[in-house]
Amino acid sequence: MPKLVKDETIVEDSWTLVDADADYPADAISAGDQLILPLALWQPQREVLLGKANVSVWLGSKQAPALLFGNALDDDSESVEFDINQLPLIAIDFPVFSDGRGYSYARQLRERYAFKGELRAIGDVLRDQMYFYKRCGFNSFAVRSDRDAEVAVAGLRDFSLSYQAARDEATAVIKSRHA
Amino acid sequence: MYRYDATDKQILSERVTQFRDQTKRFLAGELSDNEFLPLRLQNGLYIQRLAPMLRVAVPYGLYNSTQMRQLAHIARHYDKGYAHVSTRQNFQFNWPHLEDVPDILADLAQVDMHAIQTSGNCVRNITTDQYAGVAADEIEDPRPWCELLRQWSTFHPEFALLPRKFKIAVCATRDDRAAFQFHDIGVELKHDSSGQTQFDIYAGGGLGRTPVIAQLIRADLPWQHLLTYIEAILRVYNMHGNRENKFKARIKILVRALGVEAFREKVEKEWDYLRGGENTLDSAAVDYVKRHFVAPDYEQLDDSSANRELASQRMESPEFGRWLDKNIHAHRQPGYAVVNLALKPTGISPGDISDSQMDQVADLADEYSFGEMRNTHNQNIVFADVKKSDLYALWQALTGLRLATPNLGYLSDPICCPGGDYCALANAKSIPIAEAIQRKFDDIDYLYDLGPIDLNISGCMNACGHHHVGQIGILGVDKKGQEFYQVSLGGNMGREAAIAKILGPSFAQDEIPAVIEKILDTFVELREAEEHFLDTYKRVGIDPFKERVYAKAG
Repeated sequence: MPKLVKDETIVEDSWTLVDADADYPADAISAGDQLILPLALWQPQREVLLGKANVSVWLGSKQAPALLFGNALDDDSESVEFDINQLPLIAIDFPVFSDGRGYSYARQLRERYAFKGELRAIGDVLRDQMYFYKRCGFNSFAVRSDRDAEVAVAGLRDFSLSYQAARDEATAVIKSRHA
Repeated sequence: MYRYDATDKQILSERVTQFRDQTKRFLAGELSDNEFLPLRLQNGLYIQRLAPMLRVAVPYGLYNSTQMRQLAHIARHYDKGYAHVSTRQNFQFNWPHLEDVPDILADLAQVDMHAIQTSGNCVRNITTDQYAGVAADEIEDPRPWCELLRQWSTFHPEFALLPRKFKIAVCATRDDRAAFQFHDIGVELKHDSSGQTQFDIYAGGGLGRTPVIAQLIRADLPWQHLLTYIEAILRVYNMHGNRENKFKARIKILVRALGVEAFREKVEKEWDYLRGGENTLDSAAVDYVKRHFVAPDYEQLDDSSANRELASQRMESPEFGRWLDKNIHAHRQPGYAVVNLALKPTGISPGDISDSQMDQVADLADEYSFGEMRNTHNQNIVFADVKKSDLYALWQALTGLRLATPNLGYLSDPICCPGGDYCALANAKSIPIAEAIQRKFDDIDYLYDLGPIDLNISGCMNACGHHHVGQIGILGVDKKGQEFYQVSLGGNMGREAAIAKILGPSFAQDEIPAVIEKILDTFVELREAEEHFLDTYKRVGIDPFKERVYAKAG
């Protein structure tokens, strides 16, 4: 099984990522599968799939979290029609590491939608962005397969202090140094 | 000024370690060019035409004599003996070796300096008025807010890889010296009726390929919310900004595409979630930073006796008098003055300063201005706190260093990017254009008669020389492999922000001085009394200039 960095340690990854253009009807999913479905596949079957502990969803870099609720990308509607915490995992794709949209998606999922499950960075996931991913709320990292996960783990600890608050445990230096 | 505490020092030292490791992995082939690119850019390192260029951050332009001496050391030891003051109030080195950069950064860190986020698609150096803290027309010192923005934006994890670069400026005066309306975000500091600090937040301004004046997004924002509100703007930009086409990637294009109302609505919606969050400021956080910006230990001086002394020195030396008239700015403290060191003597690339000049400027700052200096976006250096009784001695010292040309704000004091002589992006050279104009118009009395004229020169569309906002702007363009220059008129980087209009077809390099002469002749003929260039231009429009410049010979 491929390696995964989860909560700062290296583990075997039991989930299978389903390609964006794959056809994978809900009734073809067996109990033994653990699948991360593309949004386009997951969304139309949402009613059936929600609550299944072995089915999750991934967002592309142009797919903001609002789309999980069936809203258009530029629709900021607040109507949350389901409990997002029924999802065991949400993955966000970085097609190239330099596309930083996923950082904002992660913070929205954690803060605005209060998602508490596993939040995974997938795609062009590299050592030098690990610290930023973590601070935006990701807690698992599917490091690009040609790179050493051990090296990437070290990236989580590039800095021991942060000036500003984000979505991790770190206390903002701006607020804490005089407290 | 802001002094690093143990926390700042630790973050900076971890950064030095991080970049040393990144450079090592790049040189070992473990990082591809593409992977290393944003890492080195966010450390201010460009690969230029002849060598790498390292841009060192000078937060809001302010630094001290110890830092200046270290910069001089770097210029001498790792470079060719000079540095360049940029239009973002930073310092640039043109000749470092890539493998030396980790050592340069370690040297900088010794004096609490760095190159963090001076380039790349991230929040860049925060800029403000070069006279901050001493200007008579200031509502409140903007520097503590700039420092808070600096800290907040440093390694902000969500905005590390934006669609494009992002520039923020803060203005706290009636006369705008920060060009805040030409920034991705412009922050204007105000006081409400009870004296509480609040901000007007503008967004979507910028120069570059498509110059745009920023629009007001939020008025009267209470100070507690400065960071969270800006965070909301950046989140909307990060999610919705154009990432397909780098020429349409700045926030100004997004604001224009959505329309300011729709953009504001998105920001406000996002802010609903961020408002009151952990980046909300409290008085303890602000007071901690404000304590670093208290006024220096001024002497209680009698302004009128200082002025009498200056008047008699002026009688003895008309040259000193000219320098007083042109390069000195009023100070709010009686008996003190603000001094501009002019980095534009003819024959030197605008904004360049040698290592020995830097060392001596540091000594002069210690002797005359509490050991502090500021870089200006006009590419000069300011001593903010000089006793009037010291001005004559300082002038003599600066004259010896060729830093006392009395031309501040005149035609021979251009803003000018490094251009095609250094920059890999440039279409054309800009430094020789500045020099040709300085040489043609070398009669200082004629320049004084003309009055202040902003001449801004950029070697390409990226507009580092701010040509769009020059009263006379010159832009280098590429025409079938030849360097040509487009001239524009009527820009204004001040409060009455305006974008210059293009005069017409572009010119060859050797035609430019004659073109400028025709523009100036037209101005002199049409000018009423002591009218300034910009006022004449506004009154008569561009046509008379166009007719003269493009008139057929004979």
